[in-house]
Parts: sequence; structure tokens; C-alpha cells
Amino acid sequence: MAMTDQAPTMTVSDEVAIEIQKMNKWYGQFHVLRDIDLTVYRGERIVICGPSGSGKSTLIRCINALEEHQAGSIEVDGTLLSSDLKNIDKIRSEVGMCFQHFNLFPHLTILENCTLAPIWVRKTPKKEAEETAMHFLEKVKIPDQANKYPGQLSGGQQQRVAIARSLCMRPRIMLFDEPTSALDPEMIKEVLDTMIELAEEGMTMLCVTHEMGFARQVANRVIFMDAGQIVEQNEPEEFFSNPKSDRTKLFLSQILGH
Amino acid sequence: MSDTQTNSSVAFVQTEQIPASPPPASEVGIINWLRSNLFYSIPSSVMTLLAIAFIYWLSSIILPWVFNGVWDASSIRDCRDQLQGATGGCFAVISERWPQLIFGNYPADEYWRAVLALIGLFVALAPVLFFNLPRKMLWFTGLFPFIAYWLIWGGSLWVSIFALVGVVAGFFVFRALSERSFFGAIVAGLFATLLFWIFLTPTLANALSAVIPLTLVSVESRFIGGFMINFILGTSGIALSLPLGIALALGRQSNLPIIKGICVVFIEFIRGVPLITLLFVASVMLAYFLPPGTTFDLVLRVIIMVTLFAAAYIAEAIRGGLAALSRGQYEAADSLGLDYWQSMRLIILPQALKISIPSIVNIAIGLFKDTTLVSIISMFDVLGMIQGPILSSTEWFGVYWELLAFAGLLFFVFCYGISQYSQWLERQLNTGHR
Repeated sequence: MAMTDQAPTMTVSDEVAIEIQKMNKWYGQFHVLRDIDLTVYRGERIVICGPSGSGKSTLIRCINALEEHQAGSIEVDGTLLSSDLKNIDKIRSEVGMCFQHFNLFPHLTILENCTLAPIWVRKTPKKEAEETAMHFLEKVKIPDQANKYPGQLSGGQQQRVAIARSLCMRPRIMLFDEPTSALDPEMIKEVLDTMIELAEEGMTMLCVTHEMGFARQVANRVIFMDAGQIVEQNEPEEFFSNPKSDRTKLFLSQILGH
Repeated sequence: MSDTQTNSSVAFVQTEQIPASPPPASEVGIINWLRSNLFYSIPSSVMTLLAIAFIYWLSSIILPWVFNGVWDASSIRDCRDQLQGATGGCFAVISERWPQLIFGNYPADEYWRAVLALIGLFVALAPVLFFNLPRKMLWFTGLFPFIAYWLIWGGSLWVSIFALVGVVAGFFVFRALSERSFFGAIVAGLFATLLFWIFLTPTLANALSAVIPLTLVSVESRFIGGFMINFILGTSGIALSLPLGIALALGRQSNLPIIKGICVVFIEFIRGVPLITLLFVASVMLAYFLPPGTTFDLVLRVIIMVTLFAAAYIAEAIRGGLAALSRGQYEAADSLGLDYWQSMRLIILPQALKISIPSIVNIAIGLFKDTTLVSIISMFDVLGMIQGPILSSTEWFGVYWELLAFAGLLFFVFCYGISQYSQWLERQLNTGHR
């Protein structure tokens, strides 16, 4: 990760990408997310951390309606997320997502994984979709695997394909749900490098991750969640060197302590 | 914590790779195979010898019966005379009654039509079963049911043509509405086809056959029998129950309570009733429910019942496949913006069906063999033919073994073929672990 000197090129505009207001969610009786208020500006790179069960994954899964919220509002690129399927599909095609377990389609080749959504959702001609796919596969540095199946690739390669697959839809926002948690240490770096490159191009990103090095280097805001609430958010430098709440201090001491 | 003091007896650095060497002789070769599979220990050696003795005893009974059999005789008495007390089967019954066993009472002059339909079936199935054949062959597959109906039942070709036009009309209704709602469009399309069949097909077909008669000799359903009827019921039952089973499996997972309810009740009801009961309903009771004067072909009624029965089972097999997929596959499809039908068609069903292949094939084979149950509702399928006209004739009274072995062999050939195909398909679709 020798790209720290280029960090200043990453700019944040004052255009709002995601606006979440007083959002609440319950799983049955369990109150998972409580009064979440969050404004994400275009070009922002936000890292969300917190202990397991704190609702951080649920939060970003609400943004593309993989989870339904019961109260409050979420607006993505000016489209209000409601139960209207048209709005949900519109938001999903604008928002890319990477999962902890990659979730590539095992019955399709790498190339087909990448061209499927552009062809069926965007109605892109097959040839053009394949060109776009190869462009992004080159970007994540695995163009030579295009005709293999996901099962033949390593975890790190699979996650990079998953990123390329999302990028083929030309999303304006990318969500990452613990993208490196299921990877061997050797493979974490290759995925993080891809994400750093993406950040440098000005992609709006929300990452749930435990990679604090990545947070320090790339994020311009770190959010700490606990028990369904946003406990603290700050610029990474300030967040790590001078945490305000006791809960944050405890969390940081536990994950940075070894 | 660690002790930093270096100890030369512990420190070790590997400098070269140990080359791979061939396994010892005891791990390979025929001797090793015999030892590890047949004579591993004293009990296993005893078991091997006993098994060999059993196989010898069995073959010493069966082989003379098969190879000493009589293939040319006019009756069972003729057979016995030729054998003169020696062991041997009376296979002459098969060669003599071959047409009856295969075609039932189908008119002999029209056998070519049934044979042509069978050849057509293989041509039509080929592109469905083997993906690397040219996709254009699927056009023939689409036309085949209509051609086959005309070939087997005869009558006017216009009936088949306008039945096909009805399907095309339904397709255009579906296309026109599919942008709004995929599910609604399917229902509207099926409805349009049905209306076309009921109201327009008979009139149009009659009108046009008066002008240009394209007719074959009409053959009534009661003349269709032998293995042919098993084959017709089996193939149409399997072909129709698969799409219905998929629809039921998806319906059972639906968020819409009414659709889910209908599917659950249907599946549980059909699974809870023996097939024989449904066949009796088809042969006897359905007439009470239909408006008086409607003639509703018995073969068609049986096909419907067999299809419904198999569809309920296939639905449950596919539900197992759907349940085996990880939640992540649904989420990945959703997060890319695919709508419900796209994600089902492109992501979920291809994988779920692949997982369900063994169970679906199980049901298909079962269905094919269960078609012999129609002999109970007095249809002359291959077993009905054997039990009825052949065994009760004076010439062939009492030739059970040969006839039943023949029927068994006939079914075995097809069922084993289906099984082998399914295993080949599974290997083809295997794209590595998930």
C-alpha cells in the first residue's frame, strides 16, 4: 500500500449521495438500528466499524434494500427508498455491493458473472458488455481468468471479480460488507489494493471492515457503531489518536492491542 | 514470550525440494487390487468365495433358460415339443406377438406413423438434452408435439395447426403484457391459448379441412396400446410436469399468501393421494364433473392426472434445491438490480435444478414405470396387453416369465438410459464447488 502520497487527489464534493434520517429497524422484537442519521457526500470514503452484532452490516444492507427498514427515510441519489419496486431496482442498479462471501454465481464463468447484469438490467449489447467486463477485469488484474469458473479461483481473486462485477454496472456508490473477513492474510492485501485504487478514482464508498490500516489510509470518515447506534464519527486521524467515548476507546484497545 | 536465544540443534532451513517418487509396488497393479478388494482378510476371502459360488449357481439357472430358448414356434405346446423337456424359455411369444406388445391394437397399416413419431421424438429431444447441438433445432422441438399428435391420432392436420396458432397467439399476448408484469403476462397468455383452443380451433380447423383436407386415417385412443401408450404417457407426463413443478416450487416460496396457499394445498393434496386413485378419477369420475355431452379423451385425462401427480413431487424436489442455495445468491442477484423473474431464471433456477437433478430423475423414472398402472383402468398398455389378450389366448396360456421379463427389459433399457444421461449431465454441469 505505497500510495499514501497520492491521498490529496481524493476529493469530496458537497453534493449529497446518501441521506439517512431517523432510520430504525427491528428484527421481530429486537431493535437492531436506532435513530440512524447519516449524510454521505459524493466522493466520500466511509469506514464503518464496531463489535459484531452492532448493526453495521445491517445499516449498509438497508441502503440497497437487502434489508427493509421500518421507520425513517433513506434517500439515495435523490431517490427515496420505499416499498415501490421500481425505486428499489433503480437504486440497486446505481449502488454496487461486495459481500463477505463474494457471492459469485458458480454456474457462470467470470466473464458471464460480469456481463449478466449489464445485459439484462441495462440492456447493453453483449459485445459492449464483454468489452466493459474485460476493462474492469484488467483493472482488478485478472483478465486471464475470464473464462474460468469462480470455483477455480482463490478467495482473493473471487473477491476482486466480485468488485469488477459490481463496477460493470457503473455504480455511483459502492458498498463493501466485510470484503476481507473471509480471506487468508496473504489475499487481503490484493483486495485492499483494488479498493484503494477505486477510492483514488473518487468512488463514493461505504465499507464495513476491521482493516484499520485501510481506514487510516483511505477513509475520510470513520464511524463507530455499537448496539444499533452511531456512537462516534470522526476523521480517521482524530478517531484513532483521540477517541472520545469510552466504548470507542475500549473497542480500539481491543482490536489494536495485539 | 519467545526465547530469543538461538540453538543450533533446533534451527533448520530447507534448501531443496524432495522430488516426487513412484509409489511402492504393493500400492499398484492387479495383485494389489485383488488383495485390497477381494482377499483383504480371512472373512473377506470367505465372502468372496461365497459370492462367486452364488453367482455361478444363479447363472447356471438363468443362462440355459435364455440361450436355450425357442424363438420360432406357433404356441406354447409347440415350444414344449421343441424343447423336449430341456430347460429353455419360450421366447417365440415375443416375436409372434411383437406388434401387440409394442403398438397394442393400433391398425397395422398405420404402424409407420407411430415409428415416425418415435424417430421425431428423438430428433426433438436431442437439442434439449445436448446443449452443443445447433439451437435452431429447438424450432422442431417446439413443433413436435403438434406433429406427433397428428401422426398418432390422425385426423385433420388443421387441428394441430390451429392448436399451434393458439399457442402463438398466447405468446403474443404474453409479449404484449410482459413489460408490465411477467406473472400476469404468463397467466394471460395461457388463458388466451386456452380460449383459442376451445372456441376457435375446432371451427377454423373444420372450415379449412373442408377446403383443403390434409387428413390421415383417424385412430381412436382405445386402439392405442402396448408399450407405445406407456411411452406417450411417460414422455408427455415428464415434459409437462417439469415446468408445472418449477412453477409450484416457486409458488410455494412466494411472499403472496394466496399463491403460496394454493401451491401448498395442491402439493400436499396430490402427494397425499395414491396415483391409482387419481387414475380412477380420470377414467370414471371426471365425466360427472364435465358438462354433459363433452367428450374428453381418456388418454388426455390420464396425461393430465399423471402430470399433476409428478408435478407435486418435482415441486418438492426443486424446493430442496432452492433451499440448498445460499442466501447470498439471492442477495447478489438483488444487489445487481435483477428483478424477481430475471434472478430466478438466470441465477437461482439453473443452480437449484442442477442440485435437484438426481431427485427429478428419480421421479421421472418412477413416473415412467407407473404408467403401467393404467392397465388397472382397462387401458391396454404393455402389461395390460400381456395380462389380457396374450396370456388369455389359447396359444400362449401360461408364458408369464418370458413376457414379464421382456416388459421388464423394455423398461430397464429406457430407465437405465435416463439414469446414465442424468449422470452425464451432472458431470457436464459441474463447474467446481461453490
